[in-house]
Amino acid sequence: MAALLTLVLLAAVIAVVASPLLRRRSPAAPAAESVDRAELQSAREAKYREIRDAELDYRTGKLSREDYEAVDSSLRAEALSILDGLEALEERKPPARLS
Amino acid sequence: MPELGRACLLLALGVCIYGIGASLYGVRRGRPDFALSGRRSVYALAGILTVAFAVLELAFLRSDFSFNTVADTSSVTTPTFYKAAAVWSSQEGSLLLWAWLLSLWSSLVLFLTRRRLREESAYATAILLGFAGFFDCLMIFYATPFATTNPAPAEGVGLDPLLRHPSMMIHPPMLYSGYTLCIVPLAFGMGALLARKVDAEWIRATRRFALAAWLFLGVGIMLGARWSYSELGWGGYWGWDAVENASLMPWLTGTAFLHSLMIQEKRGMLKVWNVSLVLATGTLAIMGTFLVRSGILSSIHAFGGATLGVPFVTLIGVLIAASIYLVYTRREMLASEHRLDSLLSRESIFLANNVVLVGLCFVIFWGTYFPLISEALTGHSASVGPPWFDRYTVPLALILVLLSGIGPVIAWRRATVANARRNFLAPLGCGLVVLAALLIAGISTGKPLAIAMFCCAAFVLGSVGQEYWRGARLRRASSGEAPPLALFALVRRNRRRYGGYIVHIGMAVLFVGVAASSSFQHASELSLSPGQSTKVGAYTVRYVRPTGTITSKEDAAHTGATMSLGAVLDVSKNGKHVATLTPSEGFYDSGEPAQGSVGHLIGGQAVSHVSMDGGITRDVWSAIAPDISTPRLLRVMSIANKTIPLVRPDEGMIALAVLVREYLKAPPPAQFHLIVSPLVLWIWIGGLIVIGGALIAAWPAPSAIRRRVRVGLRSPEDRRDRAPASPERGLARV
Repeated sequence: MAALLTLVLLAAVIAVVASPLLRRRSPAAPAAESVDRAELQSAREAKYREIRDAELDYRTGKLSREDYEAVDSSLRAEALSILDGLEALEERKPPARLS
Repeated sequence: MPELGRACLLLALGVCIYGIGASLYGVRRGRPDFALSGRRSVYALAGILTVAFAVLELAFLRSDFSFNTVADTSSVTTPTFYKAAAVWSSQEGSLLLWAWLLSLWSSLVLFLTRRRLREESAYATAILLGFAGFFDCLMIFYATPFATTNPAPAEGVGLDPLLRHPSMMIHPPMLYSGYTLCIVPLAFGMGALLARKVDAEWIRATRRFALAAWLFLGVGIMLGARWSYSELGWGGYWGWDAVENASLMPWLTGTAFLHSLMIQEKRGMLKVWNVSLVLATGTLAIMGTFLVRSGILSSIHAFGGATLGVPFVTLIGVLIAASIYLVYTRREMLASEHRLDSLLSRESIFLANNVVLVGLCFVIFWGTYFPLISEALTGHSASVGPPWFDRYTVPLALILVLLSGIGPVIAWRRATVANARRNFLAPLGCGLVVLAALLIAGISTGKPLAIAMFCCAAFVLGSVGQEYWRGARLRRASSGEAPPLALFALVRRNRRRYGGYIVHIGMAVLFVGVAASSSFQHASELSLSPGQSTKVGAYTVRYVRPTGTITSKEDAAHTGATMSLGAVLDVSKNGKHVATLTPSEGFYDSGEPAQGSVGHLIGGQAVSHVSMDGGITRDVWSAIAPDISTPRLLRVMSIANKTIPLVRPDEGMIALAVLVREYLKAPPPAQFHLIVSPLVLWIWIGGLIVIGGALIAAWPAPSAIRRRVRVGLRSPEDRRDRAPASPERGLARV
């Protein structure tokens, strides 16, 4: 019984581990562009959060108006450069195939 | 099914070795299929170890004593609840739990990052599998949970009575989850260094796991403290025990990392510091695991006679050497992108907080490992006690609490003096009001540090309260919501910030409990006979009568004690009845026939069962050590041992009933430990608040909030001239 269960487990492990190597191509493996996009999206969300934080700091009286404007301006510039990067990736993306 | 368990361990080792090779080959040769296969190895490992753990758990539940570990730590009479938890009470079972949890958490993080961090996660996969392989090797070559004996004994030794406490079910899994989760950021940190990609992306991807590690470790520490307080007969919740300290150290460096990672996320600063903190936290987690298993330091929490020192020292040596090498060789790419704009900024406060936390960790490290250090230098093992720890940790804790109140009211990047002055008024007022109240109440004499802690905690509550009040007011102004709804929406939309503030409140409350209970505690250890009374603080405690029970199986409290002797204590204040306490001591079967046919039934470990009356203002705590060595009781025992054969346990129980009756008829004086501690409950309440805050901070923000900012930034004027936004435009509603 134990031997049979061990064999079943071994077969399952081989199936799980070896399946990416047996495919002709590896669709599940993220392409470089897809990884870059995910990282830029993550950076964008973080930058948006910073913008919200800075505004909240200003509105709750922790930042003066001058300081807030300077901080917000630089954060927005950083956010826009991330958005530019994302847009560049989108433009490089091949057009979707018509079915 | 021990064969299946052993096969699982061998299979797991094979999977680890393959996965390491596949991941490294995949990332070095640009073969994503191999990298993916390596990641799949982690999933497979989780499956294999789940089967192995299920095999062992089933053996415990079925009382299969052919498994050595089951025979050593369980018995037929052990309650089912404790049988399930007994798996991790042994060295072997806890190693399996460690490896299993590591495989589960590793699978989760690798699944969640499968579309990000391509190179970093491949290296991280190899490192995580390396750790899993190490623990798997320990189970194969040093301490296998599937070792068997044939023929199997009819009965097991039973679970250590001290471990028969409800928190045993959850305390070790929480602590081990914390330790194993500490390995996740370490693996990704090392992966980022190996891939030479040291921006904030790996931090963003693993932040939640660092927070989860911190949370689980914190819960584990709190449960351990609660167990110590309510189960061990010494009346404390923290004794600066080596194993307690070992779990606290990675928690402290983890706390520092959770603060400083924000500086790297926002400013691209402190990269060396952050990666060093992550590596230190992971290494300290391994050192904590090592302390419990090496047998080098004595602790009530350690596995006795453990012999895993050499493999662990080797692993720790490799970890430290690899960490230093990686940080040193990547130092140039770890340079900060910005400098501090102002000393009056949240970054500065976080830096100060980091220095204090790491200082605390260093003090605790030195005190914990001092016996080893002194033995290495002088040949004599000398240890430091709680007063030594208190001397250094109390002032540092005070500074830490104060900083946790300053941080929330200071802005990122720069804060003006005028703003800071305005923001500090209310918190300072709270601190001063508490100071004045304490002075008026006359309880400030002789305890300056406790008073300072109360004032600092009031400062924190004032500072965080002000933040909530201002935020909710803004929310109300923009949405017109009712105050409770505005407060709820505020937290929901800014979870990291306001969840973090809740954690600060929880820590302040917890430290108030610690300061009050340790500084204003009244304790008494004395011998009392029935009818006698004593004063403990403002309370009078009277020994009303003795109690005694025997049980051949499980007693009512599911402690499994063969005999319990205790007392009924009446607690009163100013002549008014306050509570009735019933402390007792359980006597357990030693399983040693040499102690006599009846003597062995109660010759095992005697365990104190604490009784207390807890409340929001104070706890009255009691423990008893009954004296069963009086000539009369010894004579009863001696006659019973001589007349009752070993093979008649039922008659042995009758003899014990006679012993209990004799004890109750003429009870000798019993030794009592009585404590009145103020505000202990607030330690546990503070801990619960911390957990609640951490859960809020860890929860992902609703996508609707992220979309709102995106729409604002994608507006035509932003895209056209990139002009700074007007504060009134309100892109990000509060």
